[in-house]
Amino acid sequence: MENQVIRDTEKFAVEIRMQVIRQLAKLGFGHAGGCLSVVDVVASLYSGIMDIDPKNPRKKERDRLVVSKGHAGPALYAALALKGFFPMEWLDTLNQGGTRLPSHCDGNKTPGIDCTTGSLGQGLSLAAGMAYGLKLDGIPNTVYAVLGDGECQEGQIWEAALAAPKFGLDALICFVDYNKVQLDGTVDEIMPLKSLFMKFRSFGWHTQQINGNDPASIFAAVELAKKEKGRPSVILLDTIKGYGCSEIAALGCLNHHMDMPEDLAQRCMAELREQMKQYGQEERHEN
Amino acid sequence: MKIELAFHNETEAAPLSSAYTDTIAELMENDEDVVSIDADLMKAIKIDRIQERFPGRVLNVGIQEGNMIGMAAGMARVGKKVYAHTFAPFITRRVFDQIFISSAYGKNPIRLYGSDPGICAKFNGGTHTTFEDIAMMRTIPDIYLFEITDSVMFRSLMHATKDENRIIYFRADRAPAVKVYSDSSEFTPGKGAVLKDGGDVTVIACGIMVSEALAAAEKLEQEGISTAVIDMFTIKPIDRELIVEYAQKTGAVVTAENHNVNGGLGDAVASVLSEERPTVMRKLAVRDEFSEVGPMDYLRERFHLNAAGVIAAVKDVIQYK
Repeated sequence: MENQVIRDTEKFAVEIRMQVIRQLAKLGFGHAGGCLSVVDVVASLYSGIMDIDPKNPRKKERDRLVVSKGHAGPALYAALALKGFFPMEWLDTLNQGGTRLPSHCDGNKTPGIDCTTGSLGQGLSLAAGMAYGLKLDGIPNTVYAVLGDGECQEGQIWEAALAAPKFGLDALICFVDYNKVQLDGTVDEIMPLKSLFMKFRSFGWHTQQINGNDPASIFAAVELAKKEKGRPSVILLDTIKGYGCSEIAALGCLNHHMDMPEDLAQRCMAELREQMKQYGQEERHEN
Repeated sequence: MKIELAFHNETEAAPLSSAYTDTIAELMENDEDVVSIDADLMKAIKIDRIQERFPGRVLNVGIQEGNMIGMAAGMARVGKKVYAHTFAPFITRRVFDQIFISSAYGKNPIRLYGSDPGICAKFNGGTHTTFEDIAMMRTIPDIYLFEITDSVMFRSLMHATKDENRIIYFRADRAPAVKVYSDSSEFTPGKGAVLKDGGDVTVIACGIMVSEALAAAEKLEQEGISTAVIDMFTIKPIDRELIVEYAQKTGAVVTAENHNVNGGLGDAVASVLSEERPTVMRKLAVRDEFSEVGPMDYLRERFHLNAAGVIAAVKDVIQYK
C-alpha cells in the first residue's frame, strides 16, 4: 500500500477520534474506550478498503459493514460524517430524543450504517447471512464484521464461526477488536478467551493477528484476507481500549462507559491536535 | 377471503408439514429470492427432498437456532425472503432475542414455521412443548401470527403473505390435520372465519381446537344450545370486528387453544372485548402448567383440549349471561 494512503488513513483516524470526543463531550458520557479502540480499523475501512458511495449508501453492489459491538456507533458516525454520508452537525445529536444517531448502530436510522446491532453476539450471524445472500445473487462484494472481544463469550458467535466456513463464505472478513477489556474488568478475569487465534483457526477460518491500532497492518492484512478463497477470514486486532487519548486509555477497565466532562474532553482534544501536527496541517473540522 | 367448509371430522391424507414444503417449492419456482433454512430438522418435514432442485437455497445450519435466525435476518437484509423452520419452542422461546433484535427491530423480516406446537409435541414431551410461544410472539410489533388449521389454510396463507415485509409466524402441527376447509378456500390476514352460526354462545378457536369446537357445537345443538364457531387463525392481526359482532350477538364467548391460558388467543380476545364490549368469557387453555409426554389422545384428555372441554366451558359460561 502506498505510504500516502497509510498516512492519510492515520490522519483520518485522528480526525475520527476528535469527533468521537466531540460527540461524547456534548452528551457528557459514553462508550469512550471501545469507540477509540476500533477507530483505526474504521478509518482504514472508510479510507479505501470498502467499496462504498456516500451519495448512494444503499446501492446493492457495495461492501457492507456489520459492527456487532454496536456500542461503537459514535466511532462510525464520526467516520461517516467526515466522509459526507450526513452533515457534521448531526454529531451533536448523539442520543438526543429523535436523533438519527443512537448509542448503538441502527441500520434504519443512519445513512451508511448497514445493519442494526447492539444485542451482543448477533452480528457475525447477520454478516454471514448477508454474505450468503450476496453470494446467491452473484454479487462479489465483501461483508466486513467487527466483533468485540468480550462479545466472543457469547455462544452465537461460535455458531456463526462454524457456519461461515461450512458455507465457504470467502467474502466475509471479520475483525475482532481484541482490547482485552470488557465492562466489568479484563477479559482474562471475567471469562478468559484463551487463544482466540487457535479457536478461529481450528474452526476453519483464515486467521491473522495484527496490531489493530496500525492502519498499515490493517491494510496489509485485508489484502491477504481478500486473496483467500473458499473460506472466511478473521483478523484479530490487538488494540488498546481508549487508544489515542492517553488519559482515557490509562483508565483501563474503567473506560468502557464513562463520564466525559468538558475539561477531560479539552485535554483529549489537545493531545489529538498534537498528533495531528505530524500530518502537516490542522484537522478539517474544528470542534 | 373465500371460505367453504368441508368438515366431516376426517383426517387429511398428507402431513400438514407437506403443505409447507410443497408451497416452499412453488414459491421458489416463481421467485429466486426465496430461501429455506432449517436447524437439523429438514427430514422431519421432508424439505431435504427439494434441496437438489434449488441449489444453495435450501440450507441446513445444524443444531444452532440462534445462528439460523441471525443468518436468515442477514439474508433478508440483502433482499432474500427466508423461511426458517424448526420445532415451535426452538424457533420462538429459544431464539426470542434474535427474532426480536436481528429480525424485527433491525427490520430484516423473516418467515417462521414452528412445528409441533403445544401438545402436538406428543412423544417428544415437555422439553419440546411450547405453551407460551403465542404469548411471546404477540408482543413483537408488526408481526403476523397465524395458527394453522389444515393444509388448505397453510398453503393459502403462505401464498397470501409471500411478499409481506414483516415477520410471519406460522404455528402448525406436522401431523395430518383434520380437514376443515374445501380445497378452494382462501384466507386473508386479519379476517377470522365463521364456520358455524349460532345465537347462544360463540366458540373462538384456533389450530387443533377448531375441529374439536365444530364437533362440540354439533353436540351442543342437540342439547338446544345454539353455538357459533369462529376459526381465529389470525391471532395477530386479530379480527376485532368479528369478535365484537359475535360477542354482541351471542352474549357469551369461549376461546379454545393449544397454549397456556396466559397470553394466548384467549387473552387476545379478552383484550378486544374488555376494550370494546365486555362479555362473559371462558378460556379453554392449559392452566399455567408444563406439558408432559404421551400420545395425542392422552394429552388432549390431560389438558381438556377436546370437544368435551369445549362443551364444559360453554355450559359454564352460559350460566353467567
